[in-house]
Amino acid sequence: MKKRLATVSLAGCFGCHMSFLDIDERILDLMKLVQFDRSPLNDFKKFKKRCDIGLIEGGCCNEENVHTLREFRKNCDVLVAIGQCAIMGGLPVMRNAIMHAEDPLRECLDTAYLNSPTVFNASNDIPNDPALPLLLDKVYTCAEVVKVDYQIPGCPPSGDTFWLAMTFLLKGTAADLPYELIKYD
Amino acid sequence: MGKDTVSVVRQACKKFDHEGSRILDILREVQKRLACVSGETMDLLAAELSTHRIEIEGLVSFYSFFSENRKGKIIIRLCDDIIDRFAGIERVAKVFSEELGIGIGETSSDWNFSLEFTPCIGMSDQAPAALINETVVTKLTPESAGVIARSLKKNLDTSALVKKKGDGNNADRLVNAMVENNIRKKGEVLLGDNVRAEAGLRKALKKKPEEVIQEVLDSGLRGRGGAGFSTGLKWSLARKAKDARRFVICNADEGEPGTFKDRVLLTERADLIFEGMTIAAYAIGGTSGIVYLRAEYEYLLPYLERVLARRRKAGLLGKNIGGEKGFAFDIRIQLGGGAYICGEESALISSCEGLRGEPKTRPPFPVERGFLGHPTIVNNVETFCCAARILDGGPRWFAAMGTAKSSGTKLLSVSGDCAKPGIYEVPFGIRVADVLDMAGADDPTIVQVGGASGEMLNRGSFYRKICFEDLSTGGSFMTFNSSRNMLKIVDYFLEFFIHESCGYCTPCRVGNVFLRERIQKIMEGYAVKADLDYLKDLSRTIMMTSRCGLGNTSPRPVLSSIDQFPVVYASLLGEGGEGLEAGFSIQKALEESRRIAKRSSMIYDPVYGGSSD
Repeated sequence: MKKRLATVSLAGCFGCHMSFLDIDERILDLMKLVQFDRSPLNDFKKFKKRCDIGLIEGGCCNEENVHTLREFRKNCDVLVAIGQCAIMGGLPVMRNAIMHAEDPLRECLDTAYLNSPTVFNASNDIPNDPALPLLLDKVYTCAEVVKVDYQIPGCPPSGDTFWLAMTFLLKGTAADLPYELIKYD
Repeated sequence: MGKDTVSVVRQACKKFDHEGSRILDILREVQKRLACVSGETMDLLAAELSTHRIEIEGLVSFYSFFSENRKGKIIIRLCDDIIDRFAGIERVAKVFSEELGIGIGETSSDWNFSLEFTPCIGMSDQAPAALINETVVTKLTPESAGVIARSLKKNLDTSALVKKKGDGNNADRLVNAMVENNIRKKGEVLLGDNVRAEAGLRKALKKKPEEVIQEVLDSGLRGRGGAGFSTGLKWSLARKAKDARRFVICNADEGEPGTFKDRVLLTERADLIFEGMTIAAYAIGGTSGIVYLRAEYEYLLPYLERVLARRRKAGLLGKNIGGEKGFAFDIRIQLGGGAYICGEESALISSCEGLRGEPKTRPPFPVERGFLGHPTIVNNVETFCCAARILDGGPRWFAAMGTAKSSGTKLLSVSGDCAKPGIYEVPFGIRVADVLDMAGADDPTIVQVGGASGEMLNRGSFYRKICFEDLSTGGSFMTFNSSRNMLKIVDYFLEFFIHESCGYCTPCRVGNVFLRERIQKIMEGYAVKADLDYLKDLSRTIMMTSRCGLGNTSPRPVLSSIDQFPVVYASLLGEGGEGLEAGFSIQKALEESRRIAKRSSMIYDPVYGGSSD
């Protein structure tokens, strides 16, 4: 039986998903072994069935990210954090550096929407539509919110890394990635 | 740039002969007169001492008694030790803060007052205490703090704060301190009345240096700072090293939280210390000696200088000491800069050389290449005193006290929740329970032996003995009753190590911060069992990969408290459930956002009937 695979991008840039597609024609081989469930690649917004593997790109910067991540945890047997943002917070986590300010979140929003030299914001509004998910007090990594089984480093991990990691995951063993694939200098 | 600055810098440099290794003294002088070592001053000093500004800046930022920003004429340093915290230093701080109109870490606008917290100042037996410039004030209460603050506002002379002088030499004109010795139990070796002046030195000079070392070896004397290295062996190694100059350094940088026995020895047994150093110099062929005195004990400096002067006059220092032809030795006192790490011997040597107090890589050991590259022995204050007494009483007399591998007596600095905190001179091998009895601790629940880097004990471990074979300690013995929060103590120790880490080794600089974060997570009730495994794992890494004793021991409060108080930890651990991390609280994470956005969550607030989790 084919394994069920779900993927999602939280506070990330979709770079990891793009890199996933860098496995190129090997995706045909992959499709022989897996069935995609919830994923931006097929635009399924909800889980159809319980999945064997969930790949998470990006960390949590707002409540929706937390909600989605928890859904993934609930519905996937094995949860894999993919890339720098999911593992360490990545670029979004830079806002945690102002955590020691008096009012960190306010300062973050002011800097982003009002005070930066490149901002043109004649109405001085900070987006606050009720449909917008609330921001968290700081950016959390996936492992801070739910139990994470595996982490695949990289920004993004290369197509080859994805391919090898998927091979191991489908075999059900921890990936032993060669040094060339996980060195970044 | 003021003419003043230029002349102050020139005078200070001249006073110490532009000697690079005396830069700590130069900086102290400048700091005292200008209330800061500003960027401009650093430039001047660098030019004057033919060095680089970055070197000076490195020192100023390293030692907490120097500051780049201008401080007040009066600096009030409140002792923020755990003992002082439990004794109510927070309330005292509040009064100072209100009376002087400045917060902690601030300086008043008239440049008269600065208020800060400082780690243990060696007054845990009379907590809460504070340093006001160099004057020590003890047993503070909110009321007495108010009186002190108001009197300082009228009169900036800190010596006027000493209303009632302490006992013994604390009442000496040159010490003039309200500090009490609190000697509760005199032993045979150090604090008894049988200590005969210069008897050890006289007997030593009649022997050959090798014989002196042999006596110390036979006595089984081990270093009193806590590590317990054989003193005789250290001396013989230094003697064997080939060099024309050898140094004898006395470690009086008593910084381990809860230790104050050197304070009492420096006050009451100054001659014995210098006598021991002179004997050591005779034994190893030492040419000069340094007493590295912690900055917090500056109030003892004039007194100690007078003792040294008297000894020079009496022919006990200088040339042909005690009539011994060709034996020349003198001692100077080096004041520290307020850094715990300088109690570590190689860091102490760095500091004496005028460098940042960072430990050196060993080997070579100080006995081969120490101060300025010459063979050097560094011994604790108490060790020198013991050595002098051994030469008088003989090695057999000394070895008859204590246990097989820890001979002699030990000074314990007992503090915390007990009726009689103070100094106890006890033979090695005494049980923790017996010390508690003597000190009148009626509800001892947690005992910390050996200071921040020592071991935490529960009631079931009070049978354990104080000696190098079991519980080794530099003298710190803190007792806490059942009303104290064990994790607060652990948290304080970690805070202390984070502050005092020199920063050279990453596992120590960063690891201790992570340890503390995890301990706080436990205190807040967000931790799961995996966090304990993480603590143990990280502790192991820090201990294995740090190069000096600070990092090698800093996780010990964590490890020993997990070992001794498993139930306390267990009661605070939660369960995540369904793969969720207990440490993450979505409600807490959203608090700020709700406030700023002035709306509630679509997902997590029940009003909107969203998700259930």
